[in-house]
Amino acid sequence: MFPTPIQNYSLKVNIAYRLLLLLTLIVWLLPLIAVMLTSMRTFEDVLAGNYWTFPEETALISNYTAVFEGGKMGRFFLNSLIITLPTVFGTLFLSSLAGYSLAMHRFKLNLLVFAMFIAGNFVPFQILMIPVRNISIEMGMYNTHIGLIIFHIAFQTGFCTFFLRNFIKELPFELIEAARAEGATEWIIYRKIILPLIIPALAALGVLEFTFIWNDYFWALVLTQGDSVKPITVGLDALRGQWTTSWNLVSAGSVVAALPPVIMFFILQKQFIHGLTFGAVKG
Amino acid sequence: MTFWERNQLKLAPFFFLAPAILIFLIYVIYPIIDSIWVSFHEWNGMDKSNLKPDGTPNWKWVGFKHYIMLFTDDEEFYVSLFNNIRWLVFSLLAIPIGLSLALFVNQNITGMRYIKSLFYFPFVINAVVIGVIFTWFYNPRYGALTLVLGFFGLDPIPFLADENLATYGIIIASFFPGIAYTMILYITGLTGVNREMIEAGRIDGASGFTMLWHVVLPQLKPATLIAVVVTIVGSLRSFDLIAVMTAGGPWGSSEVLAYKMYQESLFNYRMGYGAAIATILFLIMDIYIAWFLYRLFKSEKTEK
Amino acid sequence: MKKLLTLIILFTSTVVSAGNLIINSNQSGASSKAGFDAYVDAFRAAHPEVTVVVNEFEHEAYKTAIRNFLTAEAPDVAIWFAGNRMKFFVDQGLFQDVSDVWADAGLNDSMASSKGSLTVDDKQYGVPWGYYQWGVYYRKDLFDNLDLNVPKNWEEFKSVCAMLKKNGITPITIGTKYLWTAGGWFDYLNLRINGYQFHMDLTAGKVSYEDPRLDATFDHWRELLDAEYFLEDHASFSWQDAQAPQINGEAAMYLIGNFYVPTLEEAGVKDKMDFFQFPTIVEGVGVAEDAPTDTMHIPSGAKNVEDAKKFLAFMSNKEAATNWATMGGMLSPNKYADKPTDRFSIMGAEMLAAADDIAQFWDRDANPDMAGAAMEGFQEFMVKPDREDKIRARLEKERARIHGAL
Repeated sequence: MFPTPIQNYSLKVNIAYRLLLLLTLIVWLLPLIAVMLTSMRTFEDVLAGNYWTFPEETALISNYTAVFEGGKMGRFFLNSLIITLPTVFGTLFLSSLAGYSLAMHRFKLNLLVFAMFIAGNFVPFQILMIPVRNISIEMGMYNTHIGLIIFHIAFQTGFCTFFLRNFIKELPFELIEAARAEGATEWIIYRKIILPLIIPALAALGVLEFTFIWNDYFWALVLTQGDSVKPITVGLDALRGQWTTSWNLVSAGSVVAALPPVIMFFILQKQFIHGLTFGAVKG
Repeated sequence: MTFWERNQLKLAPFFFLAPAILIFLIYVIYPIIDSIWVSFHEWNGMDKSNLKPDGTPNWKWVGFKHYIMLFTDDEEFYVSLFNNIRWLVFSLLAIPIGLSLALFVNQNITGMRYIKSLFYFPFVINAVVIGVIFTWFYNPRYGALTLVLGFFGLDPIPFLADENLATYGIIIASFFPGIAYTMILYITGLTGVNREMIEAGRIDGASGFTMLWHVVLPQLKPATLIAVVVTIVGSLRSFDLIAVMTAGGPWGSSEVLAYKMYQESLFNYRMGYGAAIATILFLIMDIYIAWFLYRLFKSEKTEK
Repeated sequence: MKKLLTLIILFTSTVVSAGNLIINSNQSGASSKAGFDAYVDAFRAAHPEVTVVVNEFEHEAYKTAIRNFLTAEAPDVAIWFAGNRMKFFVDQGLFQDVSDVWADAGLNDSMASSKGSLTVDDKQYGVPWGYYQWGVYYRKDLFDNLDLNVPKNWEEFKSVCAMLKKNGITPITIGTKYLWTAGGWFDYLNLRINGYQFHMDLTAGKVSYEDPRLDATFDHWRELLDAEYFLEDHASFSWQDAQAPQINGEAAMYLIGNFYVPTLEEAGVKDKMDFFQFPTIVEGVGVAEDAPTDTMHIPSGAKNVEDAKKFLAFMSNKEAATNWATMGGMLSPNKYADKPTDRFSIMGAEMLAAADDIAQFWDRDANPDMAGAAMEGFQEFMVKPDREDKIRARLEKERARIHGAL
């Protein structure tokens, strides 16, 4: 175990370690603590410049309700859900199909297609911006949920296909061989053998993708215009222009915007880490 | 057997891959080609067949003019380029910092699991929220940074209003999720480190830094590789934080190529010019993609 | 497949056009929103057959969004600005001719004063709904404490600043993060020194940024900058952030538009505030004021033109017209609207009535591309005045690229 287990050291060192750990954690979380505290303050409190003191009057309920006032924040939140969830399912479905094929089928262009998906994942967004926007406009999908959903599925398929292909490749090939020998079609093999086996990978990808799409700012900025479709990232930025110096509202809004991926992270931490670190551990 | 049953194994790849490939071609491959095409034209985003008020067409072929202009006639291009290089270089700092923190928390004390979670979760907070938080921190009148400096008797530093500091201010903000990410990678990597080798190393008298350098780090290579790849890709992509924190200001000094492209296309309505910037960004990335694919194919071929 | 796609789009798209009147609005500030909502409600009451749907955009974001939506998915009514801002879209064929609305709703009479800024080639392309004055809003109590009088000319202005600074008060507050406030200073300095015609020629791109006549403008500005009369670190602050020092009594003067007044009221300092016209700099130069006019238009891609025209024509309803303007701290261009009762608006109306010329404000008079580059230059000049020559050379290069060689 590296570094040396702290229990091997004296009591003094142990205590020092724990204190230092706590201190580091607090410094690390300071920005977020400040935001949470401010989201509870009244506007006068904010104007007076009180940062670190615990608010005397907690405006917790009133701030959070004020944030949802006018129905905007609620709308943005809903839009984020409408955009994120179908994207995650769509991406997982398409990329599991593609990943299976690239992993288990031999055909000439296999490696080339695989390379295409990888390369596409690294591409800077900006090279796609103008044409994707134009395609959306021409197909009548500009400023619609489906426009964003389809684009995200298309783009995220690159990464997810790469991930799943590597994952599926590590599955025992004998299983597939045996099934094929029994006359099962590829579709049956995919549905009955592969899918159940890749559930951990799907879960990992699912939470990762949820986070990426929920947190997307750029594409929402480019492909949406009105409040009806805006997700919460762009919505928060816009509302910031309205709340300006009402930092208590900005903080409350930020908390709401950040919450779903954070909650998801704490509940499904294992899957998250699995997805992020796939390939990070040797063997 | 039917035709289908006889050939389904051969045809299957087509059906399995078609949806993904189709959608990928339309939304990723085709746009790349189209953007490059647009970069050879002057276009203000309006109807291509119309004329501008001064009688010139909205859509006009100009060849390599934009590229030449970028390299010879646009100081902001170099400002953006150098900012991208700063992003690239300084973002990599998140890796050793993440490693240090990972080593620091790699202890089995009670509740460590929860503490680790608390270190990790800034990674999942979106850039807008991070940008808003740090903009507030850097505010020279009442931001937290000013408070801290004041505590030490120092004058406020207007990070985001100073042309020399703005980019660094934003990069520091990016460290918050960045370090969280590298921490996750390294802590996971550390759990996979071979115990026997550590024991052997200890027996040999190695400890501390020597142990780290000779025994542990080599085993963390996969984690480091992923960290480097993702950090580099992320740094070239950086847009969100800049858009939210400074909008490229003050007077364009914190711009990066990604933001400049967006600004030229959508603010200044010079789509062709913006496309040229995007193409340059893409070409820079290509060097990197090519290297990555090369390594990948090498490992694939040796595996086979 | 296409049918399925269309169905899917219909179900997920939340903008349904049939029978609705879709309005894109940038009235995002609290008071302007209140004014606009009042207008919309009055319209709904008068026209119950029309279903009004308002898409609200944040004010700054709207300036980029409009380019998108006019081409991609045009609403039936779009709020915008007069002057070059409007002309740009008219020239691209994106705004509809609404001269018939002017004629039918009697606007040729009630809105005669603003008609010019809405006209291109003898046709009207929009309807104005409000305009407002710009000027110096100052803390009267701070002035009284130091026995200061309202400055009438440049020398007096500088001595007022000096006295304020000597007593630990920031003379001028400003927030240049979003650039346009710097444009306001440039406008007034240039208008007072070189006059309206020169300024208009400059915004039209007919004058070089290295023209010697502009030296005086930058020199006067520099006098204030070298003496450090402006708020420190203003490049970090939005115009709203810059309000705090004045509200707290740490700063005395703010060159800004009348939309500031509702905030003053909310902050409870309105009684301590007063207003004066930007002082004369060069004797004999005509008095021109910035009085931006906000407008509404019917995009060429509008689907419900009939109801859109009703919405524009409703400006002839003097009560609705009055409410929209005054609740946002603006003046109504409808001459039959109720006279302003707020003292700032009264001062503004008088000042504008007496002015020789009215400008629309830098970023509405100049070509958008050029305006952006120029304002960035102004911001940089305010922080680094020594770079004046370099900045002006760069602006001139931009001007030549956009407007052509002189």
